[in-house]
Amino acid sequence: MSGRLRARQLGVIGCHVCGLVCKDRLGERGHARCPCCHTTLRRRRPDSIGRAWAFLLAGMVFYIPANALPVMYTGLLGSSSDNTILQGVISFWKDGSYGIALVIFVASVVVPCTKFLILGLLLVTSQRHSRWAMRERARLYRLIELVGYWSMLDVLVVATVAALVKFQALGDIEPRIGIFFFGAMVILTMLSALNFDPRLIWDGMATHE
Amino acid sequence: MNETFERMTEPGYPVVARSGRRLSLVWLVPLVAALIGLSMLVQAWLSAGPVITITFQTAVGLEVDKTPVKYKDVTVGTVSSITLSDDGSQVIATVALLKSAESLARADTRFWVVRPRIGLNGVSGIDTLLSGAYIGVDKGKSSQSNKAFAGLETPPTVINGAPGRSFVLHTDDLGSLYIGSPVYYRRIQVGHVAYSQLDPDGKHVSVQIFIDAPYDRFVTAGTRFWNASGVDVSLDAKGLKLSTQSLTTLIAGGIAFATPPDDVGAPAITAYDLAKDQQSAMAPPDGPARYIQLRFEKSLHGLSVGALVEFSGLDIGRVVAIDLDYDPIGHRFFSVVGIEVYAQRMGSVLNKLPKPDGDPQRQAAQFLRGMVEHGLRAQVRSDNLLTGQLYVSLDFMPNATPVTFDVDARPLAVPTVDGGFDRLQEQVASIVGKIDKMPLEAIGNNLNTTLVDLDQTLKQVNVQLLPATTQTLQQARQTFGVVQGVLASDAPLQQNLGQTLQEVQRTARSLRVLTDLLSRHPEALLRGSPDDAPPVTSGSRSVSAPQEFPR
Repeated sequence: MSGRLRARQLGVIGCHVCGLVCKDRLGERGHARCPCCHTTLRRRRPDSIGRAWAFLLAGMVFYIPANALPVMYTGLLGSSSDNTILQGVISFWKDGSYGIALVIFVASVVVPCTKFLILGLLLVTSQRHSRWAMRERARLYRLIELVGYWSMLDVLVVATVAALVKFQALGDIEPRIGIFFFGAMVILTMLSALNFDPRLIWDGMATHE
Repeated sequence: MNETFERMTEPGYPVVARSGRRLSLVWLVPLVAALIGLSMLVQAWLSAGPVITITFQTAVGLEVDKTPVKYKDVTVGTVSSITLSDDGSQVIATVALLKSAESLARADTRFWVVRPRIGLNGVSGIDTLLSGAYIGVDKGKSSQSNKAFAGLETPPTVINGAPGRSFVLHTDDLGSLYIGSPVYYRRIQVGHVAYSQLDPDGKHVSVQIFIDAPYDRFVTAGTRFWNASGVDVSLDAKGLKLSTQSLTTLIAGGIAFATPPDDVGAPAITAYDLAKDQQSAMAPPDGPARYIQLRFEKSLHGLSVGALVEFSGLDIGRVVAIDLDYDPIGHRFFSVVGIEVYAQRMGSVLNKLPKPDGDPQRQAAQFLRGMVEHGLRAQVRSDNLLTGQLYVSLDFMPNATPVTFDVDARPLAVPTVDGGFDRLQEQVASIVGKIDKMPLEAIGNNLNTTLVDLDQTLKQVNVQLLPATTQTLQQARQTFGVVQGVLASDAPLQQNLGQTLQEVQRTARSLRVLTDLLSRHPEALLRGSPDDAPPVTSGSRSVSAPQEFPR
């Protein structure tokens, strides 16, 4: 691991969008663009860890009302109730729909919590320039990016159902404020993940050398 | 770090300020998020109303965090927990009320569980059939707030603040009334039965009705209420009677009221009597009932509780009890009939009756004594031969045996006589009994013997008497023939008799001539007849006769 060369050592810089490697002229001009895709070239994302922390914390704050407040109002044949995410999971589980309950639980509880934990872990380790399990951490980051696409599942379900179930008095489903917080939480965690520069994981190696 | 330091040394790049600004901007995001979260928290904390507990007999239909509490169909709270009471006899539902519903938790606020109820008088809470039960609230009027409430088991039918008035009706039995049964005024539904309960003494039922505004103003002090429940079929001394108010009351029961036309419209009172039917409701007030006991010595088959009591043909009361009594001395059973008499029903006659002093009981006793002394007796009479229904008649019996009336006896007792129809029955029975007692067999035997004797006698007569009679008759005929012969006009006897009589006639004539002569010439007896014999006036023959006399 230690035998590998860093881009900085070679005086090159890689575009983080198209992956094109070109000469590092940032030291001379302070601002450079990728000759291929015109993306602003940076050695590292500026203030990556700070921004990631900010978005992560905001997402965690929003996760609380997202769970405490009702996400969906269901009115079916006179029985009307506001349901929070966990209530929905429990009621699905009690009704015997274990599959749906599991899917919702994974999408709305397991995934966000995992994201918080992983992002937190990545941020803390990167801040400390830790050299611990760098490859696994990089894999975790890719996992977060992958999972991030599915985090909006709850929002999607509510939006679809609310749009479909409009039977006036017979049945009515409406979104409630909780789903907004949930959506915001998902966006914020995605932003947090986006702002985190995975190259920071490997920086620990360089500093310790 | 060295890099930035190097750059900072170059002029025109206020790096510190730039990086500081960037940092603060990014950190605005979690700040805003925290603010929003905090505001939600504050809002939730502010909107949290009082937490109250409601006890119920059962938690059927109640669900934690789901069952809402609704006031005027607006959700004002949610059941947050359901626990058993310490002794396990009741269910305690903890309800988190909304801040806006804080004023609902008054001391006299009522809570009940709204479940689907399907009754004869309609279906209620049908929405809860699918939605599940909810807790209904009726806001109290008390100014004191409360935290613990006892839930009602049945929904209150009168919600506080509903325009209208409540009235209490007293009745002997509930009939077919239910909670929620309609109240009619001129066959328009104007209210309903709020609740009914047995009086503490268990002898009457109190029915609370609620009459909606503006109809409540039709209830005045003189208003009469009656039970218009279902079909009232009664078979009494008057025959078969069937009455009904409306089709709804057939199923659900109901109460109707009306005000007599001569009512002055005094303000309504709170308690009324509920009459059995319209007829008795609209009848003039009965006044206090007087309990009188009657002892009958015979079976009262056909007399039922509720049978009429008539006084001189006027319906003045009802039979309220029929009991059996035993007289240990005579080893006999009596029927003790309790009747209630409403003296007021006699109407204006009452004013003409003497009014002795004393308390009403004694007054009545005195009055009754006078009546009994003049022959007032109770009698069980049959009114309807077809149904065999009996009624009690109080009437004056002109030839009643005098009875001493105990003024101090309670209850008052009126002596009785057997009923007219029953007397007839008894007489027939006694006649039949007497006939039954006759030695009919012996009489028959004797008669038979007598007839045999008679037969023999007749035979004898035939054999012996008849020939003799025939002979006698023949002889008699012969005798009559002889007599006829003797008495015939041409019979010798007749002729001889005629001749003899003629002779006698002549003799008499001669004698008269002689007497005449002698009266005129008495000396003729001595001297003989003078020459100048008197001229014969009556006949020559009469003259000649005396002439012959001296010969």
